[in-house]
Amino acid sequence: MRKFGLLLCGWLLGAWGAHAAIDPELLKPLASDDSAVRIDAIAALAQASPEEALPVLKALAEDALAVAGGRMLRVEDGRVFDAASNSELRPPPAGLETIGINNRVRRELSAALAALRLFSAERPVRWQAAQEVTLSADAKMLPLLDKALAAESDPEIRNRLQLAQAQASLGSSDAAVRHAAVRTLGESSDPRVRQLLIPFTEKRGEVWVEADSAVRAAAGTSIRSIEQRLAWADHLGRAFSGLSLGSILLLAALGLAITYGVMGVINMAHGELLMVGAYSAWAMQSVFRAYLPGALDWYLLAAIPVGFLAAALVGVVMERLVIRHLYGRPLETLLATWGISLFLMQVARTLFGAQNVEVANPVWMAGGIEVLPNLMLPWNRIIIVAFSIAVLVAMWAILNLTRLGMFVRAVTQNRPMAGCVGVPTGRIDTLAFGLGAGIAGLGGVALSQIANVGPDMGQGYIVDSFMVVVLGGVGQLAGAVWAALGLGVFTKFLEGWTGAVVAKIVVLVFIIIFIQKRPQGLFALKGRFVEA
Amino acid sequence: MVRRNFMKTLSAVAVTAAFGLNSFGALAAETIKVGVLHSLSGTMAISETALKETVLMAIDEINSKGGVLGKKLEPVVVDPASNWPLFAEKARQLLSKDKVAVTFGCWTSVSRKSVLPVYKELNGLLFYPVQYEGEELEYNVFYTGAAPNQQAIPAVEYLMSKDGGEAKRFVLLGTDYVYPRTTNKILRAFLKSKGVADADIMEEYTPFGHSDYQTIIAKIKKFSSEGKKTAVISTINGDSNVPFYKELGNAGIKATEVPVVAFSVGEEELRGVDTKPLVGHLASWNYFMSLKNPENDKFTKLYRAWAVKQKLPNADKAVTNDPMEATYVGVYMWKQAVEKAKSTDVDKVIAAMAGQTFKAPSGFTIKMDEKNHHLHKPVFIGEIKADGQFNVVWKTPGPVKAQPWSPYIPGNDKKKDQPEGK
Repeated sequence: MRKFGLLLCGWLLGAWGAHAAIDPELLKPLASDDSAVRIDAIAALAQASPEEALPVLKALAEDALAVAGGRMLRVEDGRVFDAASNSELRPPPAGLETIGINNRVRRELSAALAALRLFSAERPVRWQAAQEVTLSADAKMLPLLDKALAAESDPEIRNRLQLAQAQASLGSSDAAVRHAAVRTLGESSDPRVRQLLIPFTEKRGEVWVEADSAVRAAAGTSIRSIEQRLAWADHLGRAFSGLSLGSILLLAALGLAITYGVMGVINMAHGELLMVGAYSAWAMQSVFRAYLPGALDWYLLAAIPVGFLAAALVGVVMERLVIRHLYGRPLETLLATWGISLFLMQVARTLFGAQNVEVANPVWMAGGIEVLPNLMLPWNRIIIVAFSIAVLVAMWAILNLTRLGMFVRAVTQNRPMAGCVGVPTGRIDTLAFGLGAGIAGLGGVALSQIANVGPDMGQGYIVDSFMVVVLGGVGQLAGAVWAALGLGVFTKFLEGWTGAVVAKIVVLVFIIIFIQKRPQGLFALKGRFVEA
Repeated sequence: MVRRNFMKTLSAVAVTAAFGLNSFGALAAETIKVGVLHSLSGTMAISETALKETVLMAIDEINSKGGVLGKKLEPVVVDPASNWPLFAEKARQLLSKDKVAVTFGCWTSVSRKSVLPVYKELNGLLFYPVQYEGEELEYNVFYTGAAPNQQAIPAVEYLMSKDGGEAKRFVLLGTDYVYPRTTNKILRAFLKSKGVADADIMEEYTPFGHSDYQTIIAKIKKFSSEGKKTAVISTINGDSNVPFYKELGNAGIKATEVPVVAFSVGEEELRGVDTKPLVGHLASWNYFMSLKNPENDKFTKLYRAWAVKQKLPNADKAVTNDPMEATYVGVYMWKQAVEKAKSTDVDKVIAAMAGQTFKAPSGFTIKMDEKNHHLHKPVFIGEIKADGQFNVVWKTPGPVKAQPWSPYIPGNDKKKDQPEGK
């Protein structure tokens, strides 16, 4: 086995060398306009000289195969190689015309590439190839799969290959082989496999498509077990997207839970504090791009403190200059903060332009983990859920474990009394407001990863944020957490059922009715200080 | 960083102010005013800002060659801010206060519908540069974008062809307003005529500015796994496309399994997206930046130079797209018509527009139809490449005449192929 791997490794390496040329006549049809001709050419090439074909096919898949003067060329890192002889051409010929491929060719190409890669020496390459092979396994590939299976020692990859093999032998003329294949496929959790099995249980006209009744029964059992797994994945996926939306709502609303919920300031500029946070992420990205291009992927970590401080600073200035003078006058506060919100939006428009700015996901946030074939959890959402939990824990710790938190609680519970025992209420107000604003900034940093960043992005979240805080019950944090999660999951389940437009309407109507029936929200504060 | 941007904005403001102030200057009598009505903020700014730049660029180019009828063109730029009623207000301002000879503007159909009554009432002239749903033919409007038979129908035919993957099930996904709704109505009728059952069509809409596409992507995954080859036809408009494509890439839906063909996504919209996971997804347009012909070389170079000169954000990566080409063609056809009519009078220019031709960056000489106010345009279908450009995989042999009244909507066969009235 080892020897075989080494051997293969050898010919893979050999392909990069200059020996063993491909017949140029085999390459020519790759540039044809007719997809069918090209697909045949790919198959012929892969069969005639598998070792040499790999770099050529890889180049074709990556838009790196070109024609110049009737000759096939492979472009790699700016260097040009002759595709047939694999020798470098210096100087590179002029007038390179890249060969583009369409989806039909790409499908065949990736199947061919996957088949060639099944024999790679590296496990991750083989694992991926095995997954890709499963997509396209059919009777034609059976000999190849048998060969790969014989050479494979990794149990996980073997498992995959066995599924592919079973899939490929579904069309066998031997009922026993079909029976075994159908039973093996019951282990799969891929919806495509279910599609392949369904014909086995169907009648065409008066005749069963599958003549053998034992195979029919086995197919039925396999379909049921696949469907059970699929239903699981479905629920799991929906719950996760609800959780993800909930965590976003929570991040957006958590800052407001302090400024409005705890301090009682109706802050209409809350959305703009989110915007400040999001623009900080963009600014850090620009700074990293300009000065630290090597560490660009980590700009987001730097954006977290910057976003917090920037938004907190804006919050403190707002509080000192405007809101401080308006405590106890909710209507004026509402109008004044609305004015601040318009002002902040215009400032952003003047500084950064009216168009959205581009904030790219770092590489470590792209893609996702495939939990099941029909359930992929994107990294950016997983990280945001984790981030919101971290922010929540940090905020709980600040409010309950620090001196500042104690003062904040004291002031909100009984201002005159707190003042009497020496708490500097004015300064505490400023700090608490700054804290709320800073947390909004953190929310903004997170939002920059999934939503568009623009001057008026805050407008989209202000309604949602107030909804969460009011629904949860004004005055404490646990309510906001439950309300955000509840709303997230509720919205997602509704969306799956009615569509996004109707879901939005239904959620708003629901909240109106809920607040009518229970004005204090989900969790009401109890005790003497409620009236104050 | 911030400071540089601030200076940039400041100079941009100064330029706009200079344009604005011009209108009060003594030069006013010797210039021809041209209105530019595109959203420069809000959800549509992602798409429309580039069109404003294109109009300004074409005007600058025309002025540097001596203007029109010996007069310089003077742009009047307004920002309707993706706010549909504001479009009508700004249009009225352009026509009655600034007295513009022609307006280039609008992207969404809802904005066009909102300004129509104004142009009819004040007998203005509007050039509309974006693909749309048809079902409209107005005397005061020239449509330089595609009608459904020049974009949507060929795209679906391609998806059903062997090269396109022989799709049998379709997801019609769009933003909730008139263009996607009408286009999907036409497509549904078209698919039915091709024998696709209702159960094999899923229609989904999202509000403008929607940013959470998890549910929709999950639904597409589920729908596509229920049998037969599935394709998605997206009429999502504006900046929602960024989260949609991000989610699509993250969810691992590959173009070889479920191709997504978009009618409102071009090079400009893809600038903010990592396109590597999106390779192979499609768009149907009448122009792509990657087309190779001398006209297009000239056009893309011109725009690049303009972007650098105007210090546009990311000028080094400036791209051109279909609506920009349609805008450019529109400005030049209007110029030719004015020269033919020897006047900027709206009725005379409209009469002179019929049959105008222009060597367009699409590589074809395209013609304004003698009667129906639409261009004859070639159709291209392109697949997204890793660098955000498109690889043309299918095209019509030549320009196609527009059918604003789609034959797939009942009752349209009786409608006339030219504007009513006048």
